[in-house]
Amino acid sequence: MRPVGAVAPLRVDIAEKTFRSAEGVPIAALRNLSFDVRQGEFACLFGPSGCGKTTTLRILLGLERDFTGSFQLPGGKDARVAAVFQEPILLPWRTVEQNVRLALPRQERGRALDALFETLGLAGMRTLYPAELSLGLARRAALARAFATEPAVLFLDEPFVSLDERTAQRLRQLLLSVWSARPTTALMVTHNLREALMLSDRIIVLSERPGHVLGTFDIRLPRERRGPQVMEDLIRSFEEKFPRPD
Amino acid sequence: MRAEPVDAPSVNAREPAARAGGFTRSLLPALMAAVSLVGLCLAWDIAAEIWPSRAFPPPLDVWRVLVKEAAGGDLFYHLGMTLWRVSAAFVLAMAAGSVIGILLGGNRRIDQFFSPWVVLFLNIPALVVIVLAYIWFGLNEAAAIGAVAINKIPNVIVTMREGARAMDPRYREMALVYRFGAFDRIRHVLLPQLQPYFAASSRSGIALIWKIVLVVELLGRSNGVGFQIYLYFQLFDVAAILAYTLAFVAIMLLIELLLVQPFERHATRWRRRPA
Repeated sequence: MRPVGAVAPLRVDIAEKTFRSAEGVPIAALRNLSFDVRQGEFACLFGPSGCGKTTTLRILLGLERDFTGSFQLPGGKDARVAAVFQEPILLPWRTVEQNVRLALPRQERGRALDALFETLGLAGMRTLYPAELSLGLARRAALARAFATEPAVLFLDEPFVSLDERTAQRLRQLLLSVWSARPTTALMVTHNLREALMLSDRIIVLSERPGHVLGTFDIRLPRERRGPQVMEDLIRSFEEKFPRPD
Repeated sequence: MRAEPVDAPSVNAREPAARAGGFTRSLLPALMAAVSLVGLCLAWDIAAEIWPSRAFPPPLDVWRVLVKEAAGGDLFYHLGMTLWRVSAAFVLAMAAGSVIGILLGGNRRIDQFFSPWVVLFLNIPALVVIVLAYIWFGLNEAAAIGAVAINKIPNVIVTMREGARAMDPRYREMALVYRFGAFDRIRHVLLPQLQPYFAASSRSGIALIWKIVLVVELLGRSNGVGFQIYLYFQLFDVAAILAYTLAFVAIMLLIELLLVQPFERHATRWRRRPA
């Protein structure tokens, strides 16, 4: 039986998050943003750029503490959290393997990670330094670091931007294969609709700034059945429900 | 199957051929330096031939004094005393300066308050600090080493403060998300980012410190290279003065070659190797 903490959803209820501009003018980034992500669900936070998606993620990661409202992580306060940032953010002075192992708690540093490195195609690159990797490989190493920690919840902030489409698509498939091996509650920020439709169980659509939830779009179809034709249908029905402003 | 251009690993950056080439390339500057130094000695010798004077001995006279002092054991005793003072003052200055510098770099309020102090201490002449240290704390080893360290600390503070300001907040955030412990944060996130600044301030530190140590020895110690130079100044023995100076310069060069440079190569091994 699962412990009670593990089945709790990710629950977000942010009343307001305000930034101050350089001239001291307050700018509301988020207002009344609330949504849930169920246990083991892969959700996408989708919205126009500048709507506060990254801010939401930073609040959930504990990097922004100045906001009103509350949130609850699955597994409670001590839950293990992992993040894949917009850039890989690997320590350049440590090898790929050291970067991955440093993210693990001390007593688990020696754990075998061969299967994970193998799945992500990093088996031959464990002793390389990040500067010796292409951006695509560095992103894979960042994914390896996130999954190695076996987190209770995984946050991804547009992890495939500034890659060419072929590499990005390859990485999305790799993400799915490591995620399917151990389905983890995940929240990914993206402004790429195709990416959201391909990867997620549910898309949470945000408004323009100040960001709040416009609605959700559930995709109950298994991922392996989302072929090109189905994707076109999904895009059409998504755009019927959430018409583009232009 | 075609190789993916973007995802292709760049492992071939470390080919054995490139390493062999690197060996000759690293030998050439050493050879150049040796030739250059021999040239300097020759020029010195010729100049001493043209203007013969007790105040300007030829290199061979200096060498003879050096051998004589070394045979008697005096040279090594005094070099050792100076080297010990240089090391003690260096360690003290780097430790205190780094801690204060990182603190100031990471906290704007504290920095604003203490910044004038740093400027003040930067501009106090070394001689004044030494004289005051001897007056306040007596003519002892602790006063001597402390005075040298205090002369260097403001320089270290300024450099390390710059380093702390230039740190990338994204690494700190990554460490926060993945819950690095305090020790791991210092060892794997903080220190590697500060390494170039640490290297810069220890480089300039060693050069500055040994010059100040000589003054400290001249003013209030009864051994060390500075004391010997003062002694031979009174005897007007320029050959001995040059012998001690060059011997210590040689030691500092050896430290640079055998300690500082290998350490730096190790610390920067992760930087992209030239293809």
